[in-house]
Amino acid sequence: MTSLRERPAVAAPPAPARARRRSAPVFPVHLAMLAWAVVTTLPLLWAVVSSFKTDNEILNEPWSLPASPRLDNWARAWTEANIGRYFLNSVLVVGGALMLTMLLGSLVAYALARYSFRGNRLIYYTFVAAMFFPVFLALVPLFFVVRQLGLLGTYQGLILVYAAYAVPFTVFFLHAFFRTLPGEVAEAAFIDGCSHSAVFFRVMLPMARPGLVAVGIFNFLGLWNQYLLPLVLNPDPDRYVLAQGLAALSVSQGYRSDWSGLFAGLTIAMLPVLIAYVAFQRHIRAGMTAGAVK
Amino acid sequence: MRHGRWRFLAGALIPALALHVVLVLSPYAQAFYLSLTDWTGVAGEAHFVGAGNYVRLGGDSLFLDAVRNNAVMLVVVPLVTIGIGFFLASMMQLGGRGGRRAIAGSGAYQIVYFFPQLLSLVVIAVLWGFVYNPNNGLLNGALRAVGLDGLTRSWLASPSLALTAVMAVLIWSSVGFYVVLFSAAIDGIPRELFEAALLDGAGGWATFRRVTLPLVRESVQVAFVYLGIAALDAFAVVQVMTVGPGGPDGATEVIGLSLYRNAFQYGKFGYASAMGVALFFATLTLAVLALRPGRDERAVPA
Repeated sequence: MTSLRERPAVAAPPAPARARRRSAPVFPVHLAMLAWAVVTTLPLLWAVVSSFKTDNEILNEPWSLPASPRLDNWARAWTEANIGRYFLNSVLVVGGALMLTMLLGSLVAYALARYSFRGNRLIYYTFVAAMFFPVFLALVPLFFVVRQLGLLGTYQGLILVYAAYAVPFTVFFLHAFFRTLPGEVAEAAFIDGCSHSAVFFRVMLPMARPGLVAVGIFNFLGLWNQYLLPLVLNPDPDRYVLAQGLAALSVSQGYRSDWSGLFAGLTIAMLPVLIAYVAFQRHIRAGMTAGAVK
Repeated sequence: MRHGRWRFLAGALIPALALHVVLVLSPYAQAFYLSLTDWTGVAGEAHFVGAGNYVRLGGDSLFLDAVRNNAVMLVVVPLVTIGIGFFLASMMQLGGRGGRRAIAGSGAYQIVYFFPQLLSLVVIAVLWGFVYNPNNGLLNGALRAVGLDGLTRSWLASPSLALTAVMAVLIWSSVGFYVVLFSAAIDGIPRELFEAALLDGAGGWATFRRVTLPLVRESVQVAFVYLGIAALDAFAVVQVMTVGPGGPDGATEVIGLSLYRNAFQYGKFGYASAMGVALFFATLTLAVLALRPGRDERAVPA
């Protein structure tokens, strides 16, 4: 992994200018590329188009465009099917967990990377080892621990559990990052009379921004898409996160066959991810692939 | 500043360590113990049964179905995903005019391919549940539209097709990520190596075998581990998308689903923990096998 490790956040695609030097098109290559682009986008586009159709159109003409776009599908999904509520629950839980994860993860990574003391390596490996265990293994005892703490089905419980399971990777990623930062700036700050925490929050954390962005994006997507943990630890339908709500909806709407409402809910669930992706696509791809290679 | 040092370290480490010990380490440790008991969730009512749960696993036909299905996915999903991903990435980075350069628009292709990776597996499962719907789904609709009515199927309800349908979804959702990963790796190979290979008269296949593949081997290894772990999981897609869930005749049963059902529907917490331990050892074996140094690396210690 060494060759890629040095270039984490900037795995940019090659400049297109280089590719345009000679103009003759390469049909078979583009044909293969286009074929996969169609395979990728077609189901997604189909779901979006279907969210504007009537149930009747969906059932009888899966390939047609809607005769007139039905925006009330979206309204029905948002209010009656509670997609709006699930959405806000997700924002609350993921927002809280992400802040907690980044705070705890960067503190631990910094303390372990920049201070030497007895037990440093032991603590580091205690965190990193957790990345190699499947969450399924912890699931049963975790349920009882969370219940014992009185946190079953609460936002706080979910936030704490999300953070606990996201911290190990965050520590692993940022530990390497803090080690590469130069020490002179911190030393100068100490001489100027800064406290240890001031050096961390005012000097080192801002310097680590590219690493924080990369691991932050990685954590956000991982937590936003979490399904197994809320399924077990968050049984109250009023507090369902989006993934849970959508899964429950697809079961119940299957019986009531409100197809258009379900397509609208699905599109609503995809939309914020799509918007974020369009806005930050290079950061997101670089951050996520850096996460894999680390 | 010496006194402030310990206070800072304590403040930085203790909250995270407490969270880690209570919510991560202790559950993992407890799982190993619980797997040796017959616990059904009542406090103080766990009896030690030794390897009893593991012996029962060997005779649980639904669990064995799950192991078989996970094993099939473990082979097929990484191979096909890496195959397609590598093919597209090398076409993209090396298929341009004049040989061995990126094609026009490779950035745009990467943007499109990558998107499914960002979606929750639940969203993907609901979406593909629609695509596979026998009456009004996209797939059968497409087959009818081109006159291939004979090929329409009830994809998720047929025992012989359901697992393939699940694997196709997993592959569909991950190929884009690996195209981007492999593209970055191929882009990192110095162009001179390809030019040298070209001058030496190496054809496309020889260049691929002797230049491209060895130089991106680490990315491929990482891809095997990640895809293998995803294939050993597959819980969300199976639970949301397939009938039952678990498919007709357990055709899409997976270990995670068996574990979830035994624990949270039947209350067999000890037995479910044994499944978790089995899954853990499968994951561990996979990581060790996939990340072991290859032949070339052992010959030339770095």
